[in-house]
Amino acid sequence: MSTAMPPLRPANGHAATLPAEKRDDIVVDCHIRELYYGSFKAVRDTEIPIRKNSITAFIGPSGCGKSTVLRCLNRMNDLVRGFRFEGHVRYRGRDIYAHGIDPVAVRRFIGMVFQQPNPFATSIFNNVAFGLRLNGFKGDRADKVEKALRAAALWDEVKDKLNKSGLSLSGGQQQRLCIARAIATEPEVLLMDEPCSALDPIATRRIEELMTELSQKFTIAIVTHNLQQAQRVADYTGFLYVDTTQGGRTGYLVEFNHSKHLFEDPQHPHTQQYIRGEFS
Amino acid sequence: MSSAAPVAEFPTSSPLFDARAGEVTQAPSRGQRIFDAVFRKTCHTFAWLTILLVGFIVARITAAAIPAIHTLGLGFVTGRVWDANAGTYGILAQIWGTIYTSVLALMLGSIFGVAAAIFLSEGFLSAAVFGALKKFNLHLKPVTLRLPDQLERLLKELIELLAAIPSVVYGLWGIFVVIPLIRPWCNWLHAQMGWVPFFSTDLSGPGVLPAVLVLAIMILPTVTAISRDALVSVPPKIRMAAYGLGATRWESLFAVILPAASRGIFGGIVLAFGRALGETMALAMLVGNSNQIKLSLFSPANTLAALLANNFPEAGPKEVGILMYAALVLLAITLVVNVAGAFILHRAALMQSE
Ligand SMILES: Nc1ncnc2c1ncn2[C@@H]1O[C@H](COP(=O)(O)OP(=O)(O)OP(=O)(O)O)[C@@H](O)[C@H]1O
Ligand SMILES: [Mg+2]
Repeated sequence: MSTAMPPLRPANGHAATLPAEKRDDIVVDCHIRELYYGSFKAVRDTEIPIRKNSITAFIGPSGCGKSTVLRCLNRMNDLVRGFRFEGHVRYRGRDIYAHGIDPVAVRRFIGMVFQQPNPFATSIFNNVAFGLRLNGFKGDRADKVEKALRAAALWDEVKDKLNKSGLSLSGGQQQRLCIARAIATEPEVLLMDEPCSALDPIATRRIEELMTELSQKFTIAIVTHNLQQAQRVADYTGFLYVDTTQGGRTGYLVEFNHSKHLFEDPQHPHTQQYIRGEFS
Repeated sequence: MSSAAPVAEFPTSSPLFDARAGEVTQAPSRGQRIFDAVFRKTCHTFAWLTILLVGFIVARITAAAIPAIHTLGLGFVTGRVWDANAGTYGILAQIWGTIYTSVLALMLGSIFGVAAAIFLSEGFLSAAVFGALKKFNLHLKPVTLRLPDQLERLLKELIELLAAIPSVVYGLWGIFVVIPLIRPWCNWLHAQMGWVPFFSTDLSGPGVLPAVLVLAIMILPTVTAISRDALVSVPPKIRMAAYGLGATRWESLFAVILPAASRGIFGGIVLAFGRALGETMALAMLVGNSNQIKLSLFSPANTLAALLANNFPEAGPKEVGILMYAALVLLAITLVVNVAGAFILHRAALMQSE
C-alpha cells in the first residue's frame, strides 16, 4: 500500500488532493458509497479520512447529511429502522460494518456528544461514571470521574455538588458534563454533532478551547453550522452539499481539505458560494 | 389556584393598537375574549363540581356511619368476628383480605404489566416484524411499511380492551376457568410443601389465589397503559445518550429508560392499587367470603368490598349503618394509599431535580 495520501476524488471530479501524509495515522476511514433511510437515499460518495489527534469538521447546508455521516462512524444509524449502508468505515483498519461486529462495541471505542445536552436524570457523579460501569471498570471510579470532569473543564464548578442532579446544571455546563461522560471511558474517537448550537457564545468558546485541548488525547470529528468555529478549531474540513439533480435530496462530499486551504482557497464553486454566504 | 383570575382587559384604544389598525396583528376581539372567559368559567365549574361530588359522597357515608361508629367504636376495626346473629361486628379479617389480595395482585399485575409495556414501547415487536418482512424483501413496500407499528398498536389496544370487560364476567371466568385450572396444581403444592405458610391449606374452590390471579389481570391494562405512556415519553435524546455510550439495549433500558419513566410507572401502579382495593364483584365471586386471617394462598378469605356487596341486599337500617362504617374504612385505606403514592412521587420529583 502506498504511503502517500491518494487524491480524494469527489463525484464532481474536482480532485481535492491533500499533501502527502502518512496514511497510517488515519484512525477512521469513512467511505460511504450509498446510504439509505428506507428507500430514501440520504448520502452518496463520501470519503472522509479522520486522522489521529486531529479535529475534522463537517460543514454544509441543513439536510445535506452531516449528522448522518457522523452517526455512520459509530453505527448510531443502526438504531434507525430501515437504515442501509453500502461502503465501509474502517476503524484501525477494520471495517466496523463487517459481519459479526457488534455496534455496541463500536460505540464504546467511538464516543458521541449530541447537539442537545442530554445528561441522565441522576447525579453528576453517576452521569460521568455511567460509561465506567458499562465497561465494568474495576479501578478507582472517583479518580476517573474527577479526571474526566477536569478534562471537560467542569471540575471546579461541580466539585462540591457531585451528588446533585445533572439536570440542575446550566445548558453549557450540561454539555460539558456530557463531554465528560463521553471521555470518562477514554474512547479513541469523539464524535460531536453541533455540540455548541444550544449554547451562548461564551460557553461555545469554552467548548472550542476544550476541543482543542482534547484533541491532544482524542481524535475528534465535529459537525458544525458555524464556519468560524470550523476555521478556529478544525484541522481538516469537509464540505457536504445536497444533490437534487437525480430527483432526491442526496448529500455528498464536495470538498475535503485542510481547513486553512478549504476556507482560504475553496476549489469548488459550491464551496466558494457556501463559504462566502451566498446560499439562501 | 384562585378562581377569580382576572380577565386581562386589553387597552384596545391605546395608541399602540390604533397605529396598527388595518394590519394583520389585532388585539383579541370581543368575541374571542368572551369565549375565553366562558370557557374558563365552565372548566372551573366542572372541576369544582367534581370535588363537591366527592365531598358529598364522603359526607353522606360518614353521616350514615356515625351511629355505628358511636356504638361499635374502634373495636369494629380490630374485631375479627362478623356475626350478625350474635350482634358482633369486626372487620379486621376483611381489612386483611382486602390488603392481602390487592398487594399480591398488584405485584403480579405490575410485573406483567410493566413487562408488557416494555415490550410494546421499546420496539421489540415492531423490530421483529420488520426483520421478518425484510426476509421476504417486503419491508419497504407501501402496504407493509407501517405494518410493524400497526401491529404494535393493535396489541396495545387489545390489552387496553381488558379494561372494558365487565367485572362479573371476570368473576364467572374465574369460577369456571381459573379455579378448575389451578386447583390440581395448588393441591399438589399443598401436599408437597404444606409446611410453607403460603401453601398451608388446600384449595377447595374460591380462595385467595384465584381472586389474586383474576384481580391481577383486571389491573393489568391500567399498569400497562400508564407505564407504556411513561416509557414512550422518555425523551429520545436520553436513549441516544445511553446508546451513544455503548450501552446495550437492556443496559439502557434498565439503567436509563426505566429510571426515567419510573415516576409515571409508579403512578400507574398506585392507580391500579386503588382499583384493586375497591374491586367488588369479581372478588365477591372468587375470594370465598370467609372471615379468616391466614397467609395461605389457597384458603378462602374476604374483602371489604365483597362484604359490602354480599350484605347490602338484606341489610336492615342498623346493618346499613355498620356497612357504611366498613365503607368508610375502605375509603380511608384507599385514600391513604393514594396520598402515600402522591407523596412518594413528589419526593421522587424533588430528588430528581435537585
Ligand atoms: N432517522 C431518519 N430517518 C429518515 N430520514 C432521516 C433520518 N435522519 C435524517 N434523515 C434524512 O436524511 C437527510 C440528512 O439528514 P441529516 O440529519 O444528516 O442532515 P444534517 O446535515 O445533519 O442537517 P442539519 O444541519 O439540519 O442537522 C435529511 O433529508 C433527513 O430528512
Ligand atoms: Mg444534523
